[in-house]
Amino acid sequence: MATDSSAATAAASSSAAIRLEHVSKRFPGASTDAVADLSLEVRQGEVTVFVGPSGCGKTTTLKMINRLEEPTSGHIEIFGRDQAATPAHELRRQIGYVIQETGLFPHRTIAENIATVPHLLGWPKARIRDRVQELAELVGLEREQLERYPASLSGGQRQRAGVARALAADPPILLMDEPFGAVDPIVRTRLQDELLALQQRLHKTIVFVTHDIEEATKLGDRVAVLDVGGILAQYAPPAELLREPANAFVEEFLGRERGLRELSLIPVSDVPLERRCELSPGASCEEALAAMDRAGADWALVIEDDRCAGWVDRKRIAEAVPNVSAAAVPLARWIGPNSNLREALEVALTSHTRVAIVQDGERYLGVLPIERIAQRLEA
Amino acid sequence: MGGNQPWVRWEWIADNRGQIWDQTVEHLQLTLIAVGIGFVLALGLSLLGIRFRRLYPAITSVAGILYTIPSLALFAFFVPITGLSKTTAEIGLVSYTLLILIRNITAGLDAVPPSVREAARGLGYRQPRLFWEVELPLAVPSIIAGLRIATVTVIGLVTVTSIISLGGLGLFILDGLRRDFLTPLVVGTVLTIALAATLDAALLVAERRLAPSNRTARASR
Ligand SMILES: Nc1ncnc2c1ncn2[C@@H]1O[C@H](COP(=O)(O)OP(=O)(O)OP(=O)(O)O)[C@@H](O)[C@H]1O
Ligand SMILES: [Mg+2]
Repeated sequence: MATDSSAATAAASSSAAIRLEHVSKRFPGASTDAVADLSLEVRQGEVTVFVGPSGCGKTTTLKMINRLEEPTSGHIEIFGRDQAATPAHELRRQIGYVIQETGLFPHRTIAENIATVPHLLGWPKARIRDRVQELAELVGLEREQLERYPASLSGGQRQRAGVARALAADPPILLMDEPFGAVDPIVRTRLQDELLALQQRLHKTIVFVTHDIEEATKLGDRVAVLDVGGILAQYAPPAELLREPANAFVEEFLGRERGLRELSLIPVSDVPLERRCELSPGASCEEALAAMDRAGADWALVIEDDRCAGWVDRKRIAEAVPNVSAAAVPLARWIGPNSNLREALEVALTSHTRVAIVQDGERYLGVLPIERIAQRLEA
Repeated sequence: MGGNQPWVRWEWIADNRGQIWDQTVEHLQLTLIAVGIGFVLALGLSLLGIRFRRLYPAITSVAGILYTIPSLALFAFFVPITGLSKTTAEIGLVSYTLLILIRNITAGLDAVPPSVREAARGLGYRQPRLFWEVELPLAVPSIIAGLRIATVTVIGLVTVTSIISLGGLGLFILDGLRRDFLTPLVVGTVLTIALAATLDAALLVAERRLAPSNRTARASR
């Protein structure tokens, strides 16, 4: 028995990159804890998101991980080793740290900023230069931007530089404190997608702090919802969180659009597609109307060789001269198989036909009607 | 003043070339030593004031008092102690730089954004490297602004040290006044102004080189 349970512990600890055990933090002079008795494991290679209202202790928890703050009690293990055993500055050089845009050094060029940790570690110049080039490519910064100062870059570019700087010495762990908080929604979405793509290649252990639940469920493999006072309200994968909020606080924090958010976690490929009335471009108007009568449809798609040339309805066919292809209206919007149901719903809602057309590149796959999406929501 | 003598007698300048050169160098030396010592002292006092905030008002009030004492009085006070020496002159000159330099150094270091300091620590910086590589470079524009005021002030004051016969371009001014002779007066004044303008320009160039980001940041706005 004893061997069994220790083997189980060993297995559990091997997948935990960071383990917080009964960690509390009370700032000098404060009457309550900023973080209270927090225990959780951050799994290796996963994105763990801390989310919660302002002042709930997200930043404080993050800073305790890299020892910018020391816990008042409890302890933290990193890769199974007591974190306090490593001198703080050495520990920090092994943990990437991204904070809001202002964290870049304004007196250093982007290249110098990115090179910070290698510089501290005393890498030779040539190696630093190569690494900076490599990172610039990785995060999508132009060569020309490397010689500029942070003040002359856009918010999004600065954010990329911040991520590159954190990745410079290839640390296994990356801490990100609201890294996309200061950029506009469009850029933020793009940076989030880039981060996910980056993570697919790098498999870092990422702890990501945000107060945006949408960002949390999009990016996180696991989401820790914190309540004021650093109390862990729930720690679960996003789908579970949305499906079964642990308590009223989590439910309220998830907000009214919980259903929609749940949809955004389901890929289109999870749902069987339908085929609707399909016409070939050469069909005459009579043939087309007959086919639509048979199918009981008001509209049809014009399909040839797996490609969708557009859609038609009865009125357009009646006006068309020789055949269906002259009447076809090209598709304005469609989605790919990697889209999620929320995007599908949006496309379906804004189309005349109340379906989302799914195509893989140029290849027509089928349609997703609005009712079918709604069914998933009720299930 | 002396009838219709010309502003400048070129023969006098030619005859006293060596003297003029020597006193210009002397003036420059007195200035650079004063600003140099003043800077080191002010940096130390500023760090003390930043580390122990409660000391800061005390430090600036003392520096403020030193700044307001008339220069002649200060020299007169030190002559009995340190004699008619360069030390006397430098003590007086240094004490004038302190207030300006302490204020500007402290303001510059205080203006380092906390997020930058925290990012530096979060990436593995620790003191004293953090100070030399992050905090001080960021304070450069403010520090140089202080150095420029201090330098110009000291150049002006060095002309006064000549009164206690310690050399510098003030000697010519005094000489001119005493003998009612315009040429040395003009030479002393013009060279003093030229020296001030040159050092000011040099500091401006130094700022551009030490804080290049400042320039591009401003240009891009
Ligand atoms: N250095 C400090 N000294 C005293 N109190 C602090 C300090 N840093 C944070 N606190 C307090 O600790 C609590 C948690 O702060 P923390 O910065 O961790 O919150 P947060 O969840 O990151 O909030 P936000 O979303 O606004 O960034 C707050 O009540 C805050 O006022
Ligand atoms: Mg925070």
